[in-house]
Amino acid sequence: MSEETMPISLTVNGESVSRSVPVRQHLVDFLRTELGLTGTHLGCEHGSCGACSLRVDSLLVRGCLMLAVQTDGGEVVTIEGLDATGEIADLQAAFVERNALQCGFCTPGMLMAAAELVRAGGRKTRAEIRTHLAGNFCRCTGYHAIVDAIAATLDRRANGGSNRV
Amino acid sequence: MKPAKFSYVRADGLAQVLELLRQNGAEAQILAGGQSLLPALNMRLAQPKLLIDINRLEALKGISFEAGQVRIGALARHVEVAASPIVCQHLPLIAQAVAHVAHLAVRNRGTFGGSIALADPAAELPACALALDARFVVASSDGRREITAADFFKGVQATARRSDELLIETLIPVRQGRTPVFLELARRHGDFAIAGLAFQLLLEHGVLADGRLVYFASEDRPTLALRTLAAIRGQRLGPATAEAAVAALAEDLAPIDNAQASAKMRLHLQSVLTRRALAEARARSTEPTRRP
Repeated sequence: MSEETMPISLTVNGESVSRSVPVRQHLVDFLRTELGLTGTHLGCEHGSCGACSLRVDSLLVRGCLMLAVQTDGGEVVTIEGLDATGEIADLQAAFVERNALQCGFCTPGMLMAAAELVRAGGRKTRAEIRTHLAGNFCRCTGYHAIVDAIAATLDRRANGGSNRV
Repeated sequence: MKPAKFSYVRADGLAQVLELLRQNGAEAQILAGGQSLLPALNMRLAQPKLLIDINRLEALKGISFEAGQVRIGALARHVEVAASPIVCQHLPLIAQAVAHVAHLAVRNRGTFGGSIALADPAAELPACALALDARFVVASSDGRREITAADFFKGVQATARRSDELLIETLIPVRQGRTPVFLELARRHGDFAIAGLAFQLLLEHGVLADGRLVYFASEDRPTLALRTLAAIRGQRLGPATAEAAVAALAEDLAPIDNAQASAKMRLHLQSVLTRRALAEARARSTEPTRRP
């Protein structure tokens, strides 16, 4: 069987993109190899680790569990896009401040997942934050500082703080 | 960890899907939410020749309530089910259960119909469907038929759906005055359950008048515990009733034995959950105004 391809047009981090892609290529490989957006990481490649978390049509998804062809006509936001808009600049600063990363491999996925909690608004208990992050693995096991950083950001926002740092 | 080659069709009509299924049968796979299929493709556990993407079929979407039953379209995503006022009002058992389904990123994509059609033994929604006496509508190019939940689940990822049939929707009768209890045990939140239950109980002044007791994750399919029900029907809920249920449980369950948990451990965990579920039902029946 020859490699079947299909043309797709979508928006990635606010920019229009048109490419012909192999139909079996998943979204993360498309972003990393075709567009050079290597912020989205590939860990387990079967939906368990959360390193490839990103937004499609403003919903958090696993990039390894969608085919690139499925995003035709859609809107993809990766960690690069989230960084550029400043939406979670305060969360990123809190990660640095709290040392909420060790090797850093899980960090883009952690930020994408945590951004959903920040976006929803309100305070969360540590247990609620941990439940929310249950789909994101940190193999350095540095969860405590990650929860600290997220809790601090939620508190600051709930007290009227903005995303700016 | 990349899928093997396949052909891909983004379907834009139901007739097209049914014709493709008629022509390709078991060599085709339906792509709905993809949250179980994509891992299987990535790991090459599944190597279909043809992938039929049904995500743009409007007819398979939505949740509605009419004539005493709820219709859940096959493409209703777990987040939509969880947020649906119809589900929260009429099917609180499912509202409880869906919170246990995987993680947010998976619930954003995964579908109700996908969970039913895949029939993973550890899945929450097949168990709820059986407890709620649901019917599944499947269609092929020959027409439509309904299959009851009791007849649908045949074993590990095995169902009564033929390879030329597509799951269209789930129909669930709404019965008033039932007390739902959903519990599961997993190693982490969102992991596959190693024991779980979905109870739909009819309580009259603290007495278990009737009910449907479904256990999952311990058997190869969701299992209706008829002998356990018979052992406690007509009794007032309390510690003695719970022990009678636990004593009967081994007559209904023959748990699977694997690296995750032994058969003995799974039976023990189902006993623990049974006690908790009946205690929760009892607590709720003494506070009739409190909604779950």
